[in-house]
Amino acid sequence: MDHIVIIGNGIAGVTAARHIRKLSDKKITIISGESEHFWSRTALMYIYMGHLKYEHTKPYEDWFWKKNRIDLVQDWVKSIDFSEKKCILESGEAIEYSQLIIATGSTTKFHGWRGQESKAVVGMVSLQDLEQIEKYAQNNDVCKNAVLVGGGLIGVELAEMLHTRKIPVTFLVREKGFWAGTLPQQSADLISREIASHGINLLHEEELAEIFSDESGKVSSVKTKSGKILPCDFLGICSGVKPNIDWLKNTPLDCDEGILVDRFLKTNQENVYAIGDCAQQREAVRERKSVEAVWYTGRMMGETVAQTICNNPTEWNPGIWFNSAKFFNIEYQTYGRVWNKPKEENSHYHWECETGKRAMDIEFSTSNRKVVGINTFGIRMKHNVWDHWLNSEKTIDFTIENLEKACFDPEFNKTPLQKIKLHFSKS
Amino acid sequence: MGAIQNDMSLSGQPPVALNALQKIGTALGITGLTVLLLAAFNINLPENPIWFWIAFFAMITGVLVFTYGQYKGTEAGIKNDGVMFKAMTSRGFVAWVLGIALTVFYIILYWFPNLLGVVEGGKNTGVVSLFDPLSEKLTGGPSSQWFVYGVLYTLAILLFGIKFIWKYRHNRYEIIRTCSVMFFQLCFAFMIPNIMGALSMPSYDLKNIWPLNYDLFSGRLEEFTNFGSIGTIMLIFGLLSIFVITPILTYKYGKRWYCSWVCGCGGLAETAGDPYRHLSDKRMVAWKIERWVVHSVVVFVTVMTVAMVYSFIKNKESESIGPWNNFEKNIVFVSERDGTPLAERGKKAAEAGASRFIYVDREGNGDNISFENMGSIGIPFHIISYNENAQVIKQIEEGVQGTLLLAGAPRQEIVVEAETGGKVYDDVWLDKGLFIWLVVTLLTLVFGWAMIFRREQLAKDAKLAAISYFTILISLLLYNHLNNTGTLFLFPGYQLHKVYGFLIGAVFSGVIGVGFYPIFGSRVWCRFGCPMAAILGFQQRLFSRFRITTNGGQCISCGNCSTYCEMGIDVRAYAQKGENIVRSSCVGCGICSAVCPRGVLKLENGPLKNRINSNEILLGNDIDLMNYVNK
Repeated sequence: MDHIVIIGNGIAGVTAARHIRKLSDKKITIISGESEHFWSRTALMYIYMGHLKYEHTKPYEDWFWKKNRIDLVQDWVKSIDFSEKKCILESGEAIEYSQLIIATGSTTKFHGWRGQESKAVVGMVSLQDLEQIEKYAQNNDVCKNAVLVGGGLIGVELAEMLHTRKIPVTFLVREKGFWAGTLPQQSADLISREIASHGINLLHEEELAEIFSDESGKVSSVKTKSGKILPCDFLGICSGVKPNIDWLKNTPLDCDEGILVDRFLKTNQENVYAIGDCAQQREAVRERKSVEAVWYTGRMMGETVAQTICNNPTEWNPGIWFNSAKFFNIEYQTYGRVWNKPKEENSHYHWECETGKRAMDIEFSTSNRKVVGINTFGIRMKHNVWDHWLNSEKTIDFTIENLEKACFDPEFNKTPLQKIKLHFSKS
Repeated sequence: MGAIQNDMSLSGQPPVALNALQKIGTALGITGLTVLLLAAFNINLPENPIWFWIAFFAMITGVLVFTYGQYKGTEAGIKNDGVMFKAMTSRGFVAWVLGIALTVFYIILYWFPNLLGVVEGGKNTGVVSLFDPLSEKLTGGPSSQWFVYGVLYTLAILLFGIKFIWKYRHNRYEIIRTCSVMFFQLCFAFMIPNIMGALSMPSYDLKNIWPLNYDLFSGRLEEFTNFGSIGTIMLIFGLLSIFVITPILTYKYGKRWYCSWVCGCGGLAETAGDPYRHLSDKRMVAWKIERWVVHSVVVFVTVMTVAMVYSFIKNKESESIGPWNNFEKNIVFVSERDGTPLAERGKKAAEAGASRFIYVDREGNGDNISFENMGSIGIPFHIISYNENAQVIKQIEEGVQGTLLLAGAPRQEIVVEAETGGKVYDDVWLDKGLFIWLVVTLLTLVFGWAMIFRREQLAKDAKLAAISYFTILISLLLYNHLNNTGTLFLFPGYQLHKVYGFLIGAVFSGVIGVGFYPIFGSRVWCRFGCPMAAILGFQQRLFSRFRITTNGGQCISCGNCSTYCEMGIDVRAYAQKGENIVRSSCVGCGICSAVCPRGVLKLENGPLKNRINSNEILLGNDIDLMNYVNK
């Protein structure tokens, strides 16, 4: 019988396992060193904030795996013998596979700062990272000052986390506004204001230059590129993640930034696939990045590879882009593409509520007014409606006119759709 | 993950520590409770009314100051920081202390009210007497343990309702819903029944619908029927509530219209119980237990009610005549031969002021019937036939003059003067045979409808349970009725009523339901025990416009929705598949939607078509959602 071995129990690997089980009777083994069971890495912040316990983040009860005949092995894979089709575990055990799926996710990207190996310099990706955060940022006695580097989605989560324990946070952001490499400037400014309003010391256009540690080897202060020295008991590295593939270096597996895969998610090794954050498309699909460290991408790749493995070869061909996040109290959703600066042939429409808690960006073609993408802040939108509108190339005038149909805010909510319409008609 | 240990010491670290205002609030609240406790120990507090108001205002300001301390200066948004760290909300020591204290309170309330100072027929003492002044003002009578309970219960819903609104002030659904719950508790559950009681009407919480109000058609039938037209209107309203109003509203809005907008149990769970909502058991096994237990309670309450009504309409209404009747020279007509000797009933009628006591033979012509000791009742006694006097009885009832034709030979007549008036007993139109057939028809219709039109939505165990319960009930009903055994369900109705009242009415809904809030979460009763919720849920699952819609592929499986679902529904299991949530237990509190960080969940009323979309629409490859949208 075929033995499918999956390295990594994140959303990509687990989705692949579930779908292979649905489609076939193959033997399935998931190996993970990080945790015994699948848990939602997206919920990491909620554990630290005390909204959830670790067990709440497990989407399936522990009996699920046995019932669905998915074997779990908790160990780190040390190496892979591609010719013998074997995974060698740290315990020394070898697991043979007929087909191997590598879904090892991401790891924190360190940029080679001097002093980056100091203690209390931590990313936020894994359960082990969370343990480090708990240790070095347990409370505001242990951690009198925290510094975060990198204005992205992980950074804002970490800022919110530390804020719940009343730890003073200084947040270094390279751009002029928060996440301004992705968000249009006005929206980036709105998020910057939201973050600052929670007492976070947000320093724009600042980057980390050097890390200093005390005699115990623990970070004590950091220097920014502009020369500021900031006291620091905890340094959160949130300036990006990279595929977790260091352990695969110097193997026959063809890697670049990530593990290189074709459209069928196959690597250069026979019967070896790579999915999720750790995979890199040899050729990017349309406008998408070749490496996408996104929950949804991991899930969809898992679904795709399961088809291929179960004798229905299927190309990775993602639909309309979508994503979401939450910046303190402001929810963010996006459908299609809104670039931070409109593409050459496109324009941006921006609306913002006077409360500074709600906003909307639409990118559309200047010539034929067809919508390319939408960002909403503090307004929930229906995925299926926007997917349909973007697929059928609706104009901005049509979408604004029909905004009610796409609204997903809770009942009785005072959604400012009329305000948006009025504003749009005057713009 | 044992490695992470949060510091639970007294050093007081955010977000666990209380701030100064919260400490002051706690002190005030505890002071208020201490006054009540002292009173409960029968320590004689001088100047009773003053102490009552001290306790009253200490509790009110305590909760409000605490709330202010907790939420002042915070931005509108989710406020669950540290919930899993605080001893109070994560089954720590104080949670156990509170749980046990509440449980003990309920045990005393239900079975040892004398410990609270209730004195039957005398002046109250203890904590109950502390509430006498307020009771005098509201109801015109002395307080009782239930009055004390009602005041505290209402106070809890109002005060913690304010706290809840503050906490969820970013969500208008929560604000409006909570205002509704506070309104119904204050007016319908507390003020109106107390005022009705003051007017010596049967006090009745109009929103308390059978089977939650299991006494409506069983224990209290006589109280209502004895109360003339108002009583009848109340009974009719009660019947309309369960058979007409409830199904219509549940069809339109789901069971939330009741469970989280109107109901008092739900009201307490949503307000005072809110900090414990995440403690509900989310495991699959808990769901299985829930389905068996709650539906068995429905069967139990149905059996009990049918048995009680059946024994009542055995035409023994006249057995209830007693000093509470005020006949004022009325003529009393009775028709029931079985039961307590007629002479006894006659005596009671006489004591209550009746001028004549008349037996109406509804089957024959009144001949060959005799009763013993009728001479001893103290007022004239006659036997008449119904057929000969139907019209006259009606006239007399209305206070018009009439002539009654007595049975026996030689035929005699009695002239009843105008204004005399009459009271007719044992004339319930509903004959026991008819009643049984009505019940059988109703049960068969419901069972048949579900089995024929909704069979594809019923799980295997649900079908099995439904078929076995249905078969057993109907066979027992028909067998016992046709063989005239007198007891429909092996035990007499009043015994079933007593057991139900003890097990379900007191132990389950009170002791376990509220006492265990800090341990099992706030909706244990609503989820595992409430037959009303089960009936509404049955309809919500099979015939309602309500559903929780999920938003395409946006779910990140974080688990906030499932964790904060007070009914223990694994919301995430549906959301991560892109499936709508249509569950009988969902009370529509809306918290899953509120705590979702990605805007995935929305409570909605919509068309029945495609309400349950079990197709996975998340597929990433060429997700062709167009077909889905265009449906």
